[in-house]
Amino acid sequence: MDIKYGLAATFNSAKELFDAAGLVREEGYKEWECYTPIPVHGLDAQMGVGRSKVPCFTLLGGITGFCTGMLIVWFMNAYDYPLIVGGKPYFSPIYPFPVFYELTILFAAFGTLFGMFFLNRLPRHNHPVFEHPSFGRTGDDKYMIVIEVEDPKFDDDETKDFLKSVGGKSITLIREPINS
Amino acid sequence: MSAKPSDSTSAIPSELLSKIKPAKWEDTPLVLNKRNFHWVTEKICGIVEQKTPTWWWWCFITAMAIASFTGLGLLYLVSTGVGVWGNNNPVNWGWAIVNFVFWIGIGHAGTLISAILCLLKQKWRTSINRASEAMTVFAVMCAGIFPLFHVGRVWFAWWLFPLPNANAIWPQFRSPLEWDVFAVSTYFTVSILFWYMGMIPDLAVLRDRAKETWRKYFYGVLAMGWRNANNHWRNFEMAYLLLAGLSTPLVLSVHTIVSFDFAVANLPGWHTTIFPPYFVAGAIFSGFGMVLTLLLPLRAIFGLHDLITEKHIDNMCKIILATGSMVGYAYSMEFFIAWYGANSYEGFAFINRAFGNYWWAYWIMISCNVICPQLFWFKSIKNNIPLVWIISIFVNVGMWFERFVIANTTLSRDFLPSSWGYYSPTVVDIFTFFGTFGFFSILFLLFLRFLPLMPMAEVKSVMPAADPHGGKH
Repeated sequence: MDIKYGLAATFNSAKELFDAAGLVREEGYKEWECYTPIPVHGLDAQMGVGRSKVPCFTLLGGITGFCTGMLIVWFMNAYDYPLIVGGKPYFSPIYPFPVFYELTILFAAFGTLFGMFFLNRLPRHNHPVFEHPSFGRTGDDKYMIVIEVEDPKFDDDETKDFLKSVGGKSITLIREPINS
Repeated sequence: MSAKPSDSTSAIPSELLSKIKPAKWEDTPLVLNKRNFHWVTEKICGIVEQKTPTWWWWCFITAMAIASFTGLGLLYLVSTGVGVWGNNNPVNWGWAIVNFVFWIGIGHAGTLISAILCLLKQKWRTSINRASEAMTVFAVMCAGIFPLFHVGRVWFAWWLFPLPNANAIWPQFRSPLEWDVFAVSTYFTVSILFWYMGMIPDLAVLRDRAKETWRKYFYGVLAMGWRNANNHWRNFEMAYLLLAGLSTPLVLSVHTIVSFDFAVANLPGWHTTIFPPYFVAGAIFSGFGMVLTLLLPLRAIFGLHDLITEKHIDNMCKIILATGSMVGYAYSMEFFIAWYGANSYEGFAFINRAFGNYWWAYWIMISCNVICPQLFWFKSIKNNIPLVWIISIFVNVGMWFERFVIANTTLSRDFLPSSWGYYSPTVVDIFTFFGTFGFFSILFLLFLRFLPLMPMAEVKSVMPAADPHGGKH
């Protein structure tokens, strides 16, 4: 058993894909994606997608790290077991500066990586596009546009003709196998 | 991308153009011989997918043999006690701190290339950043061995971290040594995150090309299901930029905090405000030395001349020249301030550095770190690859001696002549340090064998074919 996932069209160069992506957007498709071996400059705007949300996760991680750093130093050296060392205060934001500086960076870095994974919905080891016979080439030197069946404008024949008209080659219907 | 003079000058009337005679500026391409994307993929994946070469096995066995020296040294140390090292009153730090700072400094070039050069939009970094980041991670692992075992009872090393223990006491956060724990462990962790994240798209390429089952699983699991989608790239690029932005203050802070180990102590020769910038410059200097030491042979073995071009080597030589000169400036400024500060202990510490009991180490340091890199002013030397490689080795040697000079001259000549001493390493010290080169090589060889040596997507991004606007942007 399998169900239809979408129609894939390949392109040979970044320029071809870039121009085609603009036409797909103008045609009004919503559920579609470009697959490219490199991050193509300006493709986000061409596809009509906004800025990445990863910085929110970075900020969240950074604030958590800063507070954690402050808190552990205060708790450990001023509250739970106050120690007098070199006549310095039990707690001050100055001397443990390196500690919370490093923890800010550490937590922000984790926030960034996990934020990226979360926004990309990874790890996900299985995806219908992997069924495309030459999907591997999109990591090498081929470019691909996939319009999903989910899209309200999707129609087997019309979409196929449309992809052909924007310069897509070897148009393939991707089918998603279902384990019953 | 080659600039097209006609685009920028087309608006200017031709009679004016003939008077101005604009210079024709052609950028040297970063990938030579007009290679295409597929060639890059085949080249980089081929290194991992080919049958293990015989030389690899010979190198691996040699590296294992060398690494066993560290194993033996540490085994003897743990079963006997730290007394088997040469450190003793008054030189309580000895080779342990020297080797630690040496290795951690080497790591800095990797982060500089991957983070700072990324923020500065230096496109030539793309072909060398992966290997340099690997070098960073492995160098920090080697560095960690020394403080870890210097604590004496290594099975209590976890007390360095703020974890509850049976003594019910906590780490003391006013100590630079505790700051170091945070700086180095953060540096190690963030370097791994950055290295790994940058590798995900390339691991996906290897996964899609894999034929053997183990490869499919190995790269499949590591690639996390990456699928080259623009939505993935969008978040990936943002995350990459942010990690570069986070790693930049991080790498500058790590060697700053390492220098605090010295600078916060009230000892002549150590207690100086120039230490943080001087240590950071020295770290980058030594790191680039190591990058060249590693990459030049790889370039020859794997035939990477189109990817690591003369321009790359030239740029790295320039960075070595610049940072080497900064280090030389710091050496002379230390002397000037010692004289200008009019503190007799400080003055003595520096006279003693150059002409005292460790004069030979000082002059090895000066000749390797200050004089040697000045040769890079000459184009003929920068273009002579074997000579560049030899100079890069001298840089590594010189930077090891720098840390030796800083740590030992000050400690061996205390305030009171009655406590003066002379430090020499024991055979256990020598074994342990020698072996770390084997340990480093093992890790690096495994990296070469199983992970993509260069970030393929990034290398492709700086090629003309990556431009979606056909050169008219």
